[in-house]
Parts: sequence; C-alpha cells; structure tokens
Amino acid sequence: MNDFLDLSLAEARARLAARDISSTELTKAYLSRIEATANLNAYITITHDQAMLGAAQADARLAKGKGGILEGICIAVKDLFCTNGVQTTAASRMLDGFIPTYESTVTSNLWNAGAVLLGKTNLDEFAMGSSNTTSYYGAVESPWRSTDASDKKRVPGGSSGGSAAAVAARSAIAATGTDTGGSIRQPASFSGIVGIKPTYGRCSRWGIIAFASSLDQAGPMARTVEDAAILLQAMASYDPKDSTSAKTTMPNLLVDINKSVKGMSIGVPIEYRIDSLPEETSKIWDHGIDYLKSEGADIVHISLPHTKYALPTYYIIAPAEASSNLARYDGVRYGLRINEQNITDMYTHTRTEGFGEEVKRRILLGTYVLSSGYYDAYYLKAQKMRNLLRHDFNQAFDKVDAILTPTTLSDAFEIGDNKDDPLKMYLQDVFTVPASLVGLPSISVPVTLSKRGLPIGLQVLGRMFDENSVVRVGRTLERTAEFKAMTTLVNGILKDE
Amino acid sequence: MNESYYIQGKKGVWELAIGLELHARVISNAKLFSGSQAAFGGDVNTQVSLVDAAMPGMLPVINRKCVEQAVRTSLALKAKINLHSVFERKHYFYADLPQGYQITQYKEPIASDGELLLDLPNGKIKSVKIERLQLEQDAGKLLHEQHSHATYVDLNRAGIALMEIVSKPDLSSPEEARLYVNKLRLIMQYISTCDGNMQEGSLRVDVNVSVRKPDEPLGTYCEIKNINSLRFIYQAIEQEANRQINILENGGQIDKETCLFDPIENKIKSMRSKENAEDYRYFKDPDLLPLVLDQSRVDQLKNELPELPDAKRARFISAFNLSFYDLNILLEDRANADWYEQLAEQSNNPKIAANWMISELFGALNKAGKNLSDSLISPKALSELVNMIENGHISGCIAKTVFATMFETGKSAISIVKEKNLSQTSDVSIIEDIIDNVLITHANNVKKYKDGKDKLFSFFVGETIKKSHGKANPIIVTQLLRDKLDS
Repeated sequence: MNDFLDLSLAEARARLAARDISSTELTKAYLSRIEATANLNAYITITHDQAMLGAAQADARLAKGKGGILEGICIAVKDLFCTNGVQTTAASRMLDGFIPTYESTVTSNLWNAGAVLLGKTNLDEFAMGSSNTTSYYGAVESPWRSTDASDKKRVPGGSSGGSAAAVAARSAIAATGTDTGGSIRQPASFSGIVGIKPTYGRCSRWGIIAFASSLDQAGPMARTVEDAAILLQAMASYDPKDSTSAKTTMPNLLVDINKSVKGMSIGVPIEYRIDSLPEETSKIWDHGIDYLKSEGADIVHISLPHTKYALPTYYIIAPAEASSNLARYDGVRYGLRINEQNITDMYTHTRTEGFGEEVKRRILLGTYVLSSGYYDAYYLKAQKMRNLLRHDFNQAFDKVDAILTPTTLSDAFEIGDNKDDPLKMYLQDVFTVPASLVGLPSISVPVTLSKRGLPIGLQVLGRMFDENSVVRVGRTLERTAEFKAMTTLVNGILKDE
Repeated sequence: MNESYYIQGKKGVWELAIGLELHARVISNAKLFSGSQAAFGGDVNTQVSLVDAAMPGMLPVINRKCVEQAVRTSLALKAKINLHSVFERKHYFYADLPQGYQITQYKEPIASDGELLLDLPNGKIKSVKIERLQLEQDAGKLLHEQHSHATYVDLNRAGIALMEIVSKPDLSSPEEARLYVNKLRLIMQYISTCDGNMQEGSLRVDVNVSVRKPDEPLGTYCEIKNINSLRFIYQAIEQEANRQINILENGGQIDKETCLFDPIENKIKSMRSKENAEDYRYFKDPDLLPLVLDQSRVDQLKNELPELPDAKRARFISAFNLSFYDLNILLEDRANADWYEQLAEQSNNPKIAANWMISELFGALNKAGKNLSDSLISPKALSELVNMIENGHISGCIAKTVFATMFETGKSAISIVKEKNLSQTSDVSIIEDIIDNVLITHANNVKKYKDGKDKLFSFFVGETIKKSHGKANPIIVTQLLRDKLDS
C-alpha cells in the first residue's frame, strides 16, 4: 500500500501511463491514508465517491491509451476553489454548506487534464492567516513534530495549511494552494514540501474565492519541484473571464528544469538580512548560496532598498481589498443568514457571527485605510510604495536572473503561538510579501531540517513570467540539498507497521 | 445670462443655479460586466448571472458594446474622450447591491468637458457645460409589495450599464432644466445609446439646486434624487428653490442635503444630511484593468455617428423653411424627424407637408391615443395626398375627408378619391351650370351683393363648392363668379 504513497506525481504518472498501476488503486490508497491521518484535520470535505468514480473513468481512458497530463492523478484542492456540486467553504462559517453550481477555471483545467479530486483541504478562514488556526473547521496540525518537544503540535503554516499538511502527510500526491502574501510558500517551507506562487495572472482567479484581488494567485504544492511544475502546467491558462489573466501561454516548464544553473546570476538581497533573522535561518540561506555557487552560478549581492516597507504596504493593500471583496457576504443571497427584524440588524448579526476574529480584524483594518481622511495617508501611499518595490526588482533583474532568499524566518511554531499577537503573526510573511506585491513568480524548496528536526525552505524569485528560471534554480537547490527527510508522522506510521 | 427667470422673495429677487445628473441606461444586449440579458421587464430574477448575483469567486469583464455606447454619447456631447479611464468601487450595504459595492468611475471618467446647446423659446441658444460622463452599474430592485413583512429582491436590473452625465450648474430655470433633459434624451435617442424612457427608469434625474442674489457667488446646493418625469423635475426645482429662499430670508442657512421629491404632496423631503453622509471608500477595482481606448477606434465611432439634432435643425431650416414651432415638434423625437424626412423627400411642398403631419396626422393620433409608429398612414401616402392638393387634383376641403378615411383604413389617397369620385373638377361648363343654379336659388343674396354687401362673395363660393360636393376647383369658381357677379 505504501508503495503507492511513496510515488512522486511524476513517477505515478509514468506508471499509470504504462498501465503498471491503476488510478483506482492509487486513489484507494490515498483515501485510506486520508482516513488514517484524519487527526491532522487537513481536509474539510472528502469526496470519496466522486474520487472513485473519477479514478474509474481515468482508468478507462488510460486503457484506451488516452488521457491528459494528469490522467488518474488524485489530488487535493484548497477549499477556496469553487467546485461544482461540492461544498466550498473558504473555512468560514459564512459559507458553511455552500455548494457552488460552477467550477473554478483552475480546477476545470485540472479535471480536463484527467486529475481526480480527493477532497477539499482546510485553510485559514478566507485564506487570512499564516498558521491555519483561524479555520471555522478547526486548526490543521502539521505531520511534523520537533525533536525537542515532540508532544507539542506544530502549525503547518497558512493559509494553505491543509494542502501543505496533506502533501507532507502523503494524504494527497499534490494539492492546489493560493498565495496572497505567502500562503503557498510559507506552509511549503514549514511542511517540508515544494510550493510555487506563479506570476500574477498565470492562473485564472475565476471561481477562486477572493481575498485580495491584486495579490491572489493560485499555485501548486507538491513533494518535488518537478511535481509542482507538472501541476502548475495543468493549472495555468489564459482566461477571458478574468480581466487580470495574462494573455501569454505558459512555456513547457519541464524542458529546462534539470538544466544546470551554470552561468546564471543569482541575486542575494542585503536587505533581507534583517535583525530578527535567526542565526540558524541565516546559515541555511548561506548553505543555499553555496549550493548554487558550487553548481556554477554567479552570486551577486544586490540591493532592494524598499524591502522594509513591503510588509506594512502589504498589510494596507491586502486588508483594503479584502474589506471590499468580503462585502458580498451579507446574508441576502447565499451562505449564512441570521434573521432579524430589519435589514441593518440582519447584516450586523450575520457578519458578526459568520466571520471569525482574524477576518473581522482585516475587514476593520481595510475599512479604516480606505476611509475618507485616511485614504491618502495609507492606501494611496501604499500604492506608491508598491510601485517603488516594483522598481527595486526591475533594477535588480537587470543584473540577475533569479533571487535567493529564506522563505520564512524560522521553522514551524506551535499551535497557539502568536495567537494573541497579530503583529508577530503578520511578521511571518516578511520574506514572501514582496514577490506578491510585485507579482513575481517564486518557489519555496525544502533544503534542510532545523536543529529541532523541522523543515525549512529557501525561496527563489524570478522575473515576471519566468517560471522556467524559478523551477530550474529550485530544482538545483533540491538536488544539491538532497532533502530526503520524512515527516515524524510518516516515520511513526512506518514504524508501527 | 439669466434674462427671464427670477423668484421674487419678500426681500428681493433670487436667481437659481441648477445642475443635473442624469443616469441613462445604455442600450446594449448584455450588462456592463456580465453576459446577462439587459432587457427591461423580464420576469423577476430571470436575467441574473453568477456575476450579477456576486457569487463567491465571480469576476467582472467589461462589455465592449457598453463602452462604445458611452464613447458615442460623449462624442455627441462634444466631450473630451479620456483614452485611459478607471473603474472604481463605491461601497455601501443595501440588499439591491449584491457585491456590496457599485463598480463606477470616479477620479478618471471615460469622458469630460462636454457641451449641450439649448434652444430657448426666445430663439436664443444657450450653452450648458457638461462636466463628466462616466460608466457604472445599476443596482437591483426591492419588491416590498409581495409580502406583508418581508422584502424580495429582483436582480434583473443589477449590473445593467448606466451612463452618469453630470452638468455644471449652468441652468437657471426649471424650464431650462426641462429643455436640457429633453435635449440630452433626444441626442441619445438619435444615436441609439439610451431609449430615454423615464417611466421605465431608462432615464433618471438627480437635480442640484441652489439660490443666490443676482451677482453673488453660488450658494450651497441641495441634491434631489431620482426624479422620473419632466413635470416632476419642474415642480421639484420650484419647490426646492422656494424652500431655500424661505430659509435664507428668515436668517437661516442652507445645509448641504440629499432630498427626495414627493410628487403626491408636491414636497421636498430630506433623505440624509451632510453629517450622515456615507463614506463610500472609493478605490480602483483590482478585478479590472484600466479602460484603455484606441484613438483610431474613437475616430471611427465619431465618423459613424448619425446626423445629430443640432445639425438636423440647421438643415431642416435651410432645406424646408420650417417655423420654430414646426422644428421643435419635428425634432423632438428622432422618429418624428425620420418620418418627416421621408415625407418631405416625396412632397412637392415640404412646408405644407409639415403642416399636414403636425396638425392633421398628430391631431388624429392624439385623439385616437396612438403613437406615430401606430399610424396606418405612411410618409409616402401622406405625401401623395399633399401632392394631390398641390397639383389641384383635390381641394383642401376634400383632402381632409380623404385624410380621415386614410387614417381609418390605411388606403391610399388615390384609391379613396377614385372610389368616392372626389377628384376636383376644373371643367368650366360643369362649374358654370352649378353657379347658375346657385345664383337662381339665392337671388335675394345676389341682389344684396349687388347693393354693396361685398362679404356675400365668399358665401357664393362656398355654396358652389358645396353643390359640387367639394369637387369644383375653388380658383375657377372664384374666377367665374367674379365674371358673373361683377360684370
């Protein structure tokens, strides 16, 4: 049984095509793995019957030698993607029981490519969080435990924490995530997997529940760089239904993925060596630099002078857009409604009870920064800063082909940590928000375990629409770092058996 | 500037400054940001897409047709087209607003600095400046009458494209405001960008009114929202001006307010004051890119515009020699002008044809409660009738009878004249016989006439034509009578 679970997406794909294994067997193995790891709370909805049906159909196509690039591959989908006929909640009480009558463009692409849906994964409510502790359906637990405090539950990161935990715990071959300020990359780093935030506009936002429209971007979460690249290839498309969708076609990401980085210029931004960067993370970053240098890359120290303003800029723009995007949840047409005698009370009670604390905090922040009298001081200034950040990166990319940074400040924290200190929680995103604000593609690749035995990743940023360089550098890090560690949970189960 | 309109207060005269904001529903098959039907009057909630209902994850996509309609309207108003414009979100909570915000334009509208010319009753032309034209979404409708204690929402209208057209406060009387709305409506009807139907809500008007003493700077204005008839615009402005004058003359001051006009009570009612003004939290809609227009496409749209009312007026004056009154009626509606144009093309005397169209045809339609489009008489048919008078085939008198039958049956003038044998006669011997009979029958009157009662001449003309059943050519009748009576 575990043989199936050990297969990477690329391996499974090859063996399915060779009719060596069937999608039905593969899917069954994952469905039982989901049951066995139910304590992680990685899934909100498990689509058992639909998965088995999809697998049978995939097998039929494979038997005829047909099928798309993900034919028979069973994956998990973050519960922020609307799925036709399958409950879609955004992990909010507001949408508990909501069943869309439409399918997001990204998931449509996946089903068209032959993928099989295992279920919808847990997340921070409306994708707002870095710990996956704000879900209406409860926190997600990481399959990793630290060696020094193995009784303490760790966060998988957020907001795509369910997807990260599922991939790390092998209850999905791969999963979709969404990234607004780091929501794919940070949980990938915490969970020892690969996550890609593509260039803004690569994946259609149509049918993905909006958090912050100018930042939201869907992307893959998988065990290897190659797997992530395959999944991204299937997810991305130009979509006329999304006005911000890029009218360019995604180049084949697998063509250059194993090409050496020899001759590439890799930038190392001095401003990312912030005071609060722990010694350990700093050293891991240096190892990454050394790996790339040893592979023949030119390391160039660069300056991104406005870096320190990225986080405050993000925490103005993202809540501003969120406060607007979440205005539609009013109890009138769908989702939760608390009935009252008049409409104002109905709105107030529906929204008070439907949204959790973190969502309310961000709606308030966003409403405040857009209010008349404050707009110029906050929102307008943040937009200007966003342009300066873009300029920083444009200048840097005149000199380098990719940029290497840490993904996160440290390894995963315990569930409950930072709970009462939103600012500390927001600081989690310090290395990931610049790429989001500018729209750049970036990847997080696991490189090592911390002293405490928890994974840590490094981040590679590329030019707009240059995912090819991003996966190429990412793959090089993966190969040279030889990260092979298994989650505590996987190790535990293997031992028990 | 203001030659005629003042309001006499207790303490002197007051001038008005009026600005208008029109919301005009764009003629387009689909809504501004979704593919739903944008027709009026469909069954409740049958023209609602996932986007219109603001379902989770749905995104707006701009409808090119609506943009072009706005550009065409702006061009017709001689406005500057902004090749780069921006959609923003205007936030407020209401059950008829599914997104919780309206997508509209704010800082960067699609067009600005236009002009509209008013044809004042005194024959002068007044220029009214247009500040901006912007594209925005309409809201849905609340249905309160369906249930005793619940309100239902109909989203058919939600997301339909509106053009908001904002004038400067250049208007100085209720009549000018009425003329402005009429003219703007006319222009949009000419270019088919808005049908202008106020009853169906295709055109809704907000009025800003302020008063001032002559030569003083503009006063504080109040806004009266959502007026849906020309008559109410007139009444609302008068009411509001008088309300403000009353306050000012009693030592008070005007607070900037948003009001509603209650036509039943003929009264202005306050909706919200400045202190309660909403904060709409405008910001650029991140779901939409800036709207970028291509100058060559704008030029093409400009070249393709049909003749506009001002140009048509000038042409009608020079080509057809029409009176101010005729012009106003014929140009009031594009259908009228088009109908007249076809009529004039085929008429020997376009000016007489205009008289027939305005007094006879419009008179009969009015009486029957019908519209021009219901008329059984075509422009060609009316031109035939008018030409028969001009050519002397029938008299004007007979023509009226023929017209009545044409109006009822839709038959042609020629067939009616033939059928009823109404063709005018110029046969001198036949007319002479009739005249002789008339003079014998009315020998008394002949004597009186010869004794100097000149007025009786027309009596003999009338009697002769009557005896000929209207067919005798009046010119020949007159000539023969003169010969017989005056010789």
